[in-house]
Amino acid sequence: MKKALMHALSLRWMTGRRVVIAVPFLWLTVAFLVPFLIVMRISFTESDGGNPFGTLMTMVDGVITLKVKISNYLFIAQDDLYVLTYLSSIKFAAITTVLCLIIGYPFAYFMARSRSTVRPVLMMMVMLPFWTSFLLRIYAWKGILANNGILNHILMSVGVIAEPLHLMNTQFSLIIGMVYAYLPFMILPLYANLVKMDIRFLEAAADLGATPVQTFWRITVPLSKSGIIAGSMLVFIPAVGEYVIPELLGGPETLMIGHVLWDEFFTNNDWPMASSVTVVVILLILVPMAIFNKYKAEQEARR
Amino acid sequence: MNKASIVTSVRDADQPFLAIRNLVKSFDGVRAVDDISVSIHKGEIFALLGSSGCGKSTLLRMLAGFETPTSGQILLGGQNIVSVPPYQRPINMMFQSYALFPHLSVWDNVAFGLRRDGMPEDQVAERVKKMLDLVQLAKYGKRKPHQLSGGQQQRVALARSLAKRPQLLLLDEPLGALDKKLREQTQMELVSIIEEVGVTCVMVTHDQDEAMSMATRIAIMSEGRILQVGAPDEIYETPNCRFVADFIGSVNMFEGRVVVDCPDHVIVESPEGKHYINHGITGTMGMEVAIAVRPEKICIQLEAPTDQQRASLAEQGYNQASGVITALAYFGNETRYHVRLDSGMDLRVSRTNAARHQATTLERDMRVHAWWDGSDIVALTN
Repeated sequence: MKKALMHALSLRWMTGRRVVIAVPFLWLTVAFLVPFLIVMRISFTESDGGNPFGTLMTMVDGVITLKVKISNYLFIAQDDLYVLTYLSSIKFAAITTVLCLIIGYPFAYFMARSRSTVRPVLMMMVMLPFWTSFLLRIYAWKGILANNGILNHILMSVGVIAEPLHLMNTQFSLIIGMVYAYLPFMILPLYANLVKMDIRFLEAAADLGATPVQTFWRITVPLSKSGIIAGSMLVFIPAVGEYVIPELLGGPETLMIGHVLWDEFFTNNDWPMASSVTVVVILLILVPMAIFNKYKAEQEARR
Repeated sequence: MNKASIVTSVRDADQPFLAIRNLVKSFDGVRAVDDISVSIHKGEIFALLGSSGCGKSTLLRMLAGFETPTSGQILLGGQNIVSVPPYQRPINMMFQSYALFPHLSVWDNVAFGLRRDGMPEDQVAERVKKMLDLVQLAKYGKRKPHQLSGGQQQRVALARSLAKRPQLLLLDEPLGALDKKLREQTQMELVSIIEEVGVTCVMVTHDQDEAMSMATRIAIMSEGRILQVGAPDEIYETPNCRFVADFIGSVNMFEGRVVVDCPDHVIVESPEGKHYINHGITGTMGMEVAIAVRPEKICIQLEAPTDQQRASLAEQGYNQASGVITALAYFGNETRYHVRLDSGMDLRVSRTNAARHQATTLERDMRVHAWWDGSDIVALTN
């Protein structure tokens, strides 16, 4: 009797659990998987002017013909423009990630080690830029970096330089904008990780003869590995497909895949080609994601 | 001052190995450690015992170097080490709940300190192996700390803190994270390992059983001060103040006044009766004193004590009271009684169950006589 009741309860609990899990699954299916499949389908069709939904399957005289056009993908793989653009996207995203890590780690470390009363203020300072429009903040850099901008003005009035430096629409301005925009995404997961770290590990290291520098590299950094990975993913993934920042701050030498995508969609009006470019971007992003998840899963299993 | 100068410093026979002098630590004006001076000899296991917030952990952290004293000196082998950073002190600590590095294997945890000293890897391997053998974990070198049981983690922590052969070993609540059964077994093990290595040891604990069973000397701390320092039996049998008497074990405290003050005996009168103390005390007539008697020193029986039972005829009529048993608890090895004396005081008595069947069984609501020897009394004047 009691057993039956327990069984019924556990069954109910199981159903409840399934429902809870089903909600995000359903969301991911509707909002990610289905659109992705649609995009993928488009990428395999013939370009047909205004109608993006070309036919994949035809039935003539009882014969079903499945026509899968892969020339878009072949074109992407063979054409230097696409390959180079992908490579440069990855390059700029990687540089941004590394710089964000170099700047963000000390910042997060400082935040995590500061007095607990000061921490919310520092946190606020990291978040504050989000209160202003993203576009406005990026646009502001134009004012700073332009030939007759604030930075050149200051440098010339101080007398460091005689001629204005050409900063805008270069790799430099692009990377400054990207690092500026994505820094909070690096700092927050790092901070969350570092603030949780048990101070006793650091004391134990010091007790065993490790200098502060050795303690940092041997204990703090390895223990914050998951924070470093999470922050890097949060910066790298959106940075690869970034469109707005290269448009506003970049130049001819900073071609990124977001721009190519825009061109295919709205200039060439070639939806299948644009879709193919998109699918490749997603694959490029999924690979590091998969590595990250695998690492996470291994770490969970080790606990 | 570097590590070498501490290691090679001269140690005189009459000079304590570790001397703490007028040590003070204030946090925001509150003195966590308030002018402590104590000397610790080479090879002893010294316990700092007190309830939480008494300053014992702060004192230990100052020895390790994690806190800088507000004032005072810590002399290790005659050298003041107050300004030496923790990573240069020849002192290692076994942390409360161990603080084993979770990302390193057992082997690498034990080797951590040796590698920081730049010891060649073959010597490191030799030493780590020796340490793991010592704590009987030779087979577990490749495991990560979280793959070990609590008792095993404790032994890794011990091996790690001993690996560098420190001059002073600090133990912060060494057995606090273990369950009761394991704790008793580990106490003996820990002491035998420490004695085998021969390291001087300062431990912090709030558990008096742990301090009593492990330490050669105990310092009782309260509110940042040391109240008494002594061997476990000294602390228990001759506490020097009410706090210590009350803190260690359980005690019956009679509040009274000196009515007879002779060089060889003193009589104190309290509402419960007159107490005959067969030694002189430093005090004056009429002075208020507390009389402390441990529960196991008290006998209870149904009849009044006979002359033969009393230690001396002089004590006849003294050191006794009668009352009613209000509660009793059976613990197997002993039975504890609460006796409500006629004065209203609640007297705690414990009786060892030496035989399986006691001749007389004492039960609730029985009227009993309680009596004790004058030599078992401690008079506390402060």
